[in-house]
Amino acid sequence: MDELVAAEAPGIPPDPGAAATPAGGAVSLARGLRRAAGVVPFGVYMALGLIAPLIAVAIGAFQAPNGGGFTLSNVKTATHGVYLHGFSQSIQLSIIAAVLPGIFGLLIAYAIWSAKRGAVLRRVAITASGVFANFGGVPLAFLFIATLGSSGLATRWLADIGFDPYQHGFSLYSLSGVIVVYMYFQIPLMVLVILPALEGLRPAWREAAANMGARTWQYWRYVGGPVLMPSFLGCVLLLFGSSLSAYATAEAMTSGTIPLTSIQIGSFLNGNVLPGQENVGKALGLGLVIIIAVAMGIYVILQRRAARWLQ
Amino acid sequence: MAAIDQAPAPPAAGRPSRARRAAGQRDGFTPWRWLILIVAGVYFLIPLYAAVRFAGWGSFRSVIHQSGFASSLGLSVRLAAITTVITLALMLPTAVYVHLRLPRLRRLLEGITILPIVIPPVVLIVGLLQVAPGFLKSTPYLLALAYVVLAMPFAYRSIDAGLRAFDLKTLVEASNSLGAGWPSTLWRVVLPNLTTAVLSATVLTVALVLGEYTMASLDLYQTFPVWIVVFDQTSGPISVAASLLALFVTWLFLLAITMLGGRQARRTGGGEVALFSVARRDTGRTS
Repeated sequence: MDELVAAEAPGIPPDPGAAATPAGGAVSLARGLRRAAGVVPFGVYMALGLIAPLIAVAIGAFQAPNGGGFTLSNVKTATHGVYLHGFSQSIQLSIIAAVLPGIFGLLIAYAIWSAKRGAVLRRVAITASGVFANFGGVPLAFLFIATLGSSGLATRWLADIGFDPYQHGFSLYSLSGVIVVYMYFQIPLMVLVILPALEGLRPAWREAAANMGARTWQYWRYVGGPVLMPSFLGCVLLLFGSSLSAYATAEAMTSGTIPLTSIQIGSFLNGNVLPGQENVGKALGLGLVIIIAVAMGIYVILQRRAARWLQ
Repeated sequence: MAAIDQAPAPPAAGRPSRARRAAGQRDGFTPWRWLILIVAGVYFLIPLYAAVRFAGWGSFRSVIHQSGFASSLGLSVRLAAITTVITLALMLPTAVYVHLRLPRLRRLLEGITILPIVIPPVVLIVGLLQVAPGFLKSTPYLLALAYVVLAMPFAYRSIDAGLRAFDLKTLVEASNSLGAGWPSTLWRVVLPNLTTAVLSATVLTVALVLGEYTMASLDLYQTFPVWIVVFDQTSGPISVAASLLALFVTWLFLLAITMLGGRQARRTGGGEVALFSVARRDTGRTS
């Protein structure tokens, strides 16, 4: 790769547009290919490590077990009964665990971003967000069992002031509990991904609005809000995908008692399979990927709209 | 436009005070800001406090003597080292190359590298166990190869932020015109400017590997997080103590890196890299 870079290194500015003269079509194609060579190792790795497994899952979803031929029975099983229920639970959970942290995360990010004097606060908050956003899985489940489990610390505090959450339909080991726990890594993730968008809000816009007599709410209603909206929706979709694919936290917390699709897929790998249904897990996986692909498609479109303002 | 039409014409006297108020709100600590930050602080700190109380101080000391602790942590550390080396070897040249030669691909790369955040690891491991050749499936190091993919979003974003914090193109051109070859430019010009970014990519990758449970448990290898869950059957408090230790160590590393990043920014006058984002620096340069 170094060699290829060196070949065009001496001071030629990379100018993709210049090569596209009508006379030099073949030359520009060759140059374009040579230029793309630098990203080949990365591309190959992603193809083998990310794309190939996904394709294998997609193929397996339509295969009868033990190397059998094409069949639709896996997909049929995956879209009925407990598995259909799993999808609906997963989607419900993910919508709530995306919208709520999205709103809270935006508020926190704004509080951090607008506190220009609080450089220390900003740094601590961003670092903390980086840690907490990565802090899914097992340790998180244990943290919350110690906090909001049936004999957790916060549960006892709440019971002492006369509001025992377990008397009011809350349980850490139910869907509502999982949502509370997911917020713990979803909110920081939101803070991290929305901050760049907030930084795209130019102070000049605010000053211009103020000069023209706009009140704060008017600024947000007509300037800040519309500019932020595509980024905000995009980030919420990202959170949706992240909670849809979460596995470890719910698994460690509920030992698989909540029918979430990701946990159902895991149980297929663990060998809890009825004979003849070995590939249903792959059909479920394909279903998850399709849901996420739709969400990501919308995300890309929204980001494209947001980019107009942020560049 | 709508804003202008619908805004009531303010009395001339009221105008400056409103503008001043709007400007003041950006800097000052208004009550609602305190409210948000305090509520967030409570939500994020209480579980930590509860877990420390639940574990008790004794568990922290006895956790390292438990059976399986050393071997599982050892496996996780080995996986973390391999993952980090591969991730950096793959991402650094790619990111530098794209910044210099293919700036148009940056957005595409950003899109590709965000995929592993949303593609369920459960699905990925199902597919991976399907396509991986047998000699890889029989070792735990298949996990390291998979973790490289999972670490991609964090590693790429850190390095990308680092590359945006200084004027890569000018530095590389200067270095080339002084007669430095590519290896020497990369090693002696680009890399020193990326110290913070590389460190932050490293820490995020290590944190990810040390905490990853889904793939490891489904691939049936006892890494550190898998051990924590298994050991929970024996002693709950010790499992919680181990979780907390893992969290605090990661946090310390990240804090050290952000502080280092601030110092480097002051020294070089470049933008400040903070994990994922880079503080805006007005150079008039467009990307």
